[in-house]
Amino acid sequence: MGEFLRFENITKRYGQNTVLDNVTLEIQAGEVFSLLGPSGCGKTTLLRICGGFEPPDEGRVILDGVDITNVPANRRAVRTVFQNYALFPHLSVWENIAFGLKATGQDAKTILEKVPKYLELVQLTGYEHRKPGQLSGGQRQRVAIARALINRPKVLLLDEPLAALDLKLRQRMLIELDTIHDDVGITFLFVTHDQQEAMSISDHIAVLRNGRVEQVGTPTELYEAPRTSFVAAFIGDTNFFEGTVETIEGDYCTLNIDGFPEIQLFNDKKVHCGEKIHVSIRPEKFFISAVRPELTDAKTNLLHGKVEEVIYVGPHTRYWVRVQDWRVSVVQQHHGYGLDERRIKWDDEVWLWFGADNAYMLEHYAEVDEQLLALPDLEPEELEAVVEGGTQEVGAAE
Amino acid sequence: MKTCKRNSRFPMFVTLLTLIFLYVPLILVAVASFNSSKYGGAWNSFSLKWYDRLFSERAIWEALANTLFIALISTAISTTLGTLSALALYRSKNRLKGIYYALIHTPLIVPDILQGISLLLLFVTLINLGGSLFRRLFGIELELGMTTIIIAHITFCMSYVAMVVLDRLHEFDHTLLEAAQDLGASGLYTFFRVTLPQILPGIVAGALFAFMLSIDDFVITFFVKGAGDTTLPIYIQSAMRRGTPAVINALSVVFLLVTFVIVFIAQKLITKKSESKK
Repeated sequence: MGEFLRFENITKRYGQNTVLDNVTLEIQAGEVFSLLGPSGCGKTTLLRICGGFEPPDEGRVILDGVDITNVPANRRAVRTVFQNYALFPHLSVWENIAFGLKATGQDAKTILEKVPKYLELVQLTGYEHRKPGQLSGGQRQRVAIARALINRPKVLLLDEPLAALDLKLRQRMLIELDTIHDDVGITFLFVTHDQQEAMSISDHIAVLRNGRVEQVGTPTELYEAPRTSFVAAFIGDTNFFEGTVETIEGDYCTLNIDGFPEIQLFNDKKVHCGEKIHVSIRPEKFFISAVRPELTDAKTNLLHGKVEEVIYVGPHTRYWVRVQDWRVSVVQQHHGYGLDERRIKWDDEVWLWFGADNAYMLEHYAEVDEQLLALPDLEPEELEAVVEGGTQEVGAAE
Repeated sequence: MKTCKRNSRFPMFVTLLTLIFLYVPLILVAVASFNSSKYGGAWNSFSLKWYDRLFSERAIWEALANTLFIALISTAISTTLGTLSALALYRSKNRLKGIYYALIHTPLIVPDILQGISLLLLFVTLINLGGSLFRRLFGIELELGMTTIIIAHITFCMSYVAMVVLDRLHEFDHTLLEAAQDLGASGLYTFFRVTLPQILPGIVAGALFAFMLSIDDFVITFFVKGAGDTTLPIYIQSAMRRGTPAVINALSVVFLLVTFVIVFIAQKLITKKSESKK
């Protein structure tokens, strides 16, 4: 199926503040599409524009071939699961779920038929007479989902639906959401600041930053081929290196990174000799060993360094390895029986190697994006501070 | 170690003193209403004769009927107007919103006597200006009377209702309105199915307050009433001047009980509202 929901050059300002800056996105029918970014990136505003709660200053929203930019919220075939769920506190679970049917004037028979079906879909059969105040957070959310789905919208908007839940419940609801999506086959537009949520549920993700789309792609594309240092750092951990292109040979080039031996690299950006570039190498792309490996593949890069820190977390160990001026983060999965393995310890001399295809050239690099690396579990507000600090510095450099 | 604060009897002492100060006069009235002596002061013997007299006095029942009539009509109108103005204020995005708030709350703090005088002035002016016109057009004689009392009561009751309803509206989660709209509800449907049930306790509490204020009012009523109109407070005042305090004691007790019950219900509704929010 082709594109289904389309945001076309959407711009939204609040006074001096441009919240969305010429955003264009295409969402396919039936997919889960995530808007991912730190708070203040404009993702919720875009959702509200889609829901019809706010008009864009410029641009159009096109749903299933129809321009719905000026259609009021109650006439759009779009339903929202609000962040605080916004259940009607004076109505029972049943009445909450039936609300959309009654409000649109459907007959009693349809209501009697459909409500139990949707109660079952969200596993709340037997709870229909309770009031929202008597439900747990997870149950409230499921009521919100059932209520939104019962009118068979073309698109379901989910505004940080898991943010109010604790970690365990969040993971369970994520799986449930995925199951519900498979059941109903409705297009989901999912807003979140949590990259793991977005990665695990989405078909496509748009990473937003300061009201602009940083990159759109599948979770794998974003993880393996981040366009910018922001995307690389926001989605997972990574190492950034700066180097100068020395030679170009076919699809590969060699890179001179200060203090490293010559590095071979897949040249997908068509760089020129002498060009200064930044590369991102994910920690798990490195192999680590205390003995010098016998490398058979010519397209492998070998580094020598000293372990500065070891963090053992069970399934894998994270090492920080000093290679000249660089501190390289390395993650090694443990495949063998841990007690038998000869373990790499602090201060050990080690060899690191990685394939030429596993280093990824960035189109855009900003120093401050690195800060995201050091602070993986930031609250949205803190992240925003980091990111906004970043814009200023980038702005100054340009 | 004992802290000096915990053992201090001072707060208890102050509380007791306050309660005595507040309730001794009321208790005295209640006690006096059962005293067979006409002028109180000295206890004679227990008697229910003043209550008996109270229930056989026609003028009192007429005054009561007037009072209730005025209270019911002014409550109905002021509740409607007050609720509407609260809704309008709540939704307003006007820059002058702050001023509107102040204006609607002002009648609550303006002294009754000032309100009474100003309303009287207004009515007299209107009657002078429009009286002859009305007489010629509709054959209606404009004069001070029940209508002016009701209008006066509406003006001060409305502020109360608006204040209580606004209070409730501010606790109201406005994403509920977006949710209703999102689910396809029209503005009217949303109002009756979502907004109204949510603010209803506020409206009822406001109405009860309005009712009580109307029943209770003496000063403003005194200024705007016509020559023959009597409400209960007006009757009590004139009865006191004529010197039949013993019946009035009995009446006061009945009056007090009714007022307490109404305030109690209103308070209950307000507490329930803040609990339901949790």
